[in-house]
Amino acid sequence: MPDTYDVLIIGAGPGGYVTAIRAAQLGFKTAVVDREHLGGICLNWGCIPTKALLRSAEIFHYFQHPGDYGLTAEKVGFDVGAIVKRSRGVSGRLNGGVGMLLKKNKVDVIWGEAKVDSVAHGDQPGQVTVTGTTRAEAPKGAKGTGTYQAKHIIVATGARPRALPGIEPDKTQIWTYYEAMVPQTMPQSLLVMGSGAIGIEFASFYRTMGAEVTVVEVLPQILPVEDAEIAGLARKRFEKQGIKILTGAKVTKVEKGADSITATIEGGDGKSQRITAEKLISAVGVVGNIENLGLEKLGVKTDRGCVVTDGLGRTNVPGLYAIGDVAGPPMLAHKAEHEGVICIETIKGLHTHPMDKGKIPGCTYCQPQIASVGLTEAKAKEQGFAVKVGRFPFAGNGKAIALGEPDGLIKTVFDAKTGQLLGAHMVGAEVTELIQGYVVAMNLESTEEELMHTVFPHPTLSEMMHESVLDAYGKVIHT
Amino acid sequence: MPINVLMPALSPTMEKGNLAKWLKKEGDAVKSGDVLAEIETDKATMEVEAVDEGVLAKIVVPEGTADVPVNDLIALIAGEGEDPGTIQAPAAAGAKSPEAPKEGPKDAPKEPPKAETVRADGDAQMSYARSNEAPDAAKAVNPAAGQPSAPPASGGEGGRVFSSPLARRLAKMEGIDLSAIQGSGPHGRVIARDVTEAKAHGGAKAPAAPAQQAPAAEAAPAPKAAPPAAAAAPAQGMTTEQVKAMFEPGSYEEITLDGMRKTIAKRLVESKQTVPHFYLALDVELDALLALREQVNAGAGKDKDGKPAFKLSVNDFVIKALALALQRVPNANAVWAGDRVLKFKHSDVGVAVAIEGGLFTPVIRKAEQKTLSTISAEMKDLAGRARSRKLKPEEYSGGSTAVSNLGMFGIKNFQAVINPPHGTILAVGAGEARIVAKGGQPAVVQAMTVTLSVDHRVVDGALGAELLQAFKGLIENPMGMLV
Repeated sequence: MPDTYDVLIIGAGPGGYVTAIRAAQLGFKTAVVDREHLGGICLNWGCIPTKALLRSAEIFHYFQHPGDYGLTAEKVGFDVGAIVKRSRGVSGRLNGGVGMLLKKNKVDVIWGEAKVDSVAHGDQPGQVTVTGTTRAEAPKGAKGTGTYQAKHIIVATGARPRALPGIEPDKTQIWTYYEAMVPQTMPQSLLVMGSGAIGIEFASFYRTMGAEVTVVEVLPQILPVEDAEIAGLARKRFEKQGIKILTGAKVTKVEKGADSITATIEGGDGKSQRITAEKLISAVGVVGNIENLGLEKLGVKTDRGCVVTDGLGRTNVPGLYAIGDVAGPPMLAHKAEHEGVICIETIKGLHTHPMDKGKIPGCTYCQPQIASVGLTEAKAKEQGFAVKVGRFPFAGNGKAIALGEPDGLIKTVFDAKTGQLLGAHMVGAEVTELIQGYVVAMNLESTEEELMHTVFPHPTLSEMMHESVLDAYGKVIHT
Repeated sequence: MPINVLMPALSPTMEKGNLAKWLKKEGDAVKSGDVLAEIETDKATMEVEAVDEGVLAKIVVPEGTADVPVNDLIALIAGEGEDPGTIQAPAAAGAKSPEAPKEGPKDAPKEPPKAETVRADGDAQMSYARSNEAPDAAKAVNPAAGQPSAPPASGGEGGRVFSSPLARRLAKMEGIDLSAIQGSGPHGRVIARDVTEAKAHGGAKAPAAPAQQAPAAEAAPAPKAAPPAAAAAPAQGMTTEQVKAMFEPGSYEEITLDGMRKTIAKRLVESKQTVPHFYLALDVELDALLALREQVNAGAGKDKDGKPAFKLSVNDFVIKALALALQRVPNANAVWAGDRVLKFKHSDVGVAVAIEGGLFTPVIRKAEQKTLSTISAEMKDLAGRARSRKLKPEEYSGGSTAVSNLGMFGIKNFQAVINPPHGTILAVGAGEARIVAKGGQPAVVQAMTVTLSVDHRVVDGALGAELLQAFKGLIENPMGMLV
């Protein structure tokens, strides 16, 4: 008799393990299957280890300009191995933490590759077969291969880097984020294909560490999902740091040499150029992991590499659910976590609502940082809103000046008719920690009035959030 | 560490259960899958299986205990290497378990089933993704005596309406009364979506018009006066989530309510909850009426297209007979109006017309003065326009009674729900050949059963019977209707 669970989750990434813990809290007998690492890409090869790398780069950057703060520092240098070791150590520590959380909540961990054989039908639970994996060793206490039964099966298998034909990653010269996260030496030169969050963060890291960096973006704007004004300001800063940026440009061919690659790049103007660099990072997006799960056989509806769900995590096949990256964009850890909780609470029969994807914040941890939530100014106008836009520059904020961070902007977009905060967009120091203030305001359906009446502490960067709102209504003080 | 055995939730809506019987006693070895105890809910008796192995060390909740909340500690199992003898129930858990086996669920005040998410002692059960449960207060019965249980709108009389800033501003801009809207936000807070939905349904204008301004609009598609949020939710029923939890997801299709469905739901719940119905049934013979009908129809002139000028139905006779009966028993031609009775001069008779997705009740005015052919023609016109939803509100407002005829479906008899503010409604069954005793001999007659639903506030039993007698007399001697 195979082990039978109420809920079996495939994938222990941020979506999967959070869902598992929530399921256990709700009284479900729960198991989570993974083939490689608890915490998924986010914790092991994504969000977290890159933040560790970028922190090293940030401190290195300060060391290079000690005079700005009245300090001296000599013989400033770095040890690539130690930087990477620290980053891996951060992931390792958190990975162990996820294991402990699952154990504490009595969630079984099953190690291997999962395939859904059947879904629950009447009293008959669904069945999942787990086969062995050579990717990583099972953590202590994990169950092994075999068949398992579950009433509810949740697919949370995440996504992987998209590969462009002819420019497939080869782990040595053409990197994905996996290799870019664990360099053995600092490359002298680097070509980054794609200017989304992943591409820009690596460009920022390697540039700070001294590499010649070129970013190629096929769209006319870097950070394509961000507000054009914010992306434009960021671009100016990157270029000032020495990052070369080509927008409206496409890598059409990559030739591999002994220690370098040479890329042919067609610009939007029809002219082509060749750029030689030591490494190329392919950061042209991610695709959902929908293969080898038995989904086709079950007739699960998919669209462009993602499982189609109803907003509460339900697929077209009863008893089978999908959450996180594999259930479609935006492919963000915090979206996956929230979606997973909605899914399991729906299974429990609690009162749930589909997530409002318009209120999911996004953060990019380059220097300067970018953070945003809601509609960009252009999108708001496109949707027919008459908008009031507020702007406040870092140069007008005491704390920013004291920090030595006078570059940046906080922009707010309001519906002129109702005063609803439609979106907020920021570039500058620490903005990734500021954005949540606006996210809360949006979720509470604040209008400009509540934001104006809110007292912001002095001296903080957050005062700029207040001033940006005041500016939208012609009441700004410090500009 | 001993293993805690908790009161299981045997269904998604279960909150507590009675511990009917322990099938293991302290000291018994248990293994996974063993049945430990039987739990009784209001619906069924179910078994609690052991999930872990060990020895049943301590029974915390004795058998026969009623109303044990879900997730309360009921027993402790000693794991491997533990001495079951030394295991004690934690004091807090022991104190928490209800020591009230005498107080069975029947003695307890009947309280509406609360959603799982509002359990005070079950924080883990709260949806933190988005907890949108209305607070208990919103579900409570309107304390005003004799009033219908108030639909859970967000604001009581003079009470504070919890609402988001954006919702308040939108409501102000649209001139919508916030207190008439049921909030769908956390703890019943009115959020922007609720206001835009209220606006889309074209209602909840401030100040909301009193409900009695829209009489007999049973099937009116969302009359302006009815706050739409209120219209959607008959008070005190199970919540959407509670109902959905009873069924396997995917086994049903969800159909959103249109204005007509909401109005029907609201008005008929209101009727059943506020109108003291009683029912009077009577068999009426139809032979004379059928013979007359045949004769009259055969004698109908031709119109310019060569078709008969009219073709009377049995229902046309029923309308006319009811109208005349109300004239003969004028005290029954009345409706309840809160602190008084309105007694009418003319007989305005509503007629229920089934249409795709609902029904309308257009009213034949002064039916007592109209000829059968006029009534027939009017009905044809009204029914046709009802089916294409082209009736004007004034055409389905008013009247003191209504006719609902399901005879064409072969229904023998039924009791109709009074359509407020009507005083009565006549439910008409199928005409059929019946064997009755006539002069001590069996005889075959055509007959049908009619059932009058009566609002006892306006019409008492004897008066209702008198009305029905008058009706019977007219149907059985139909010539009286021609003059």
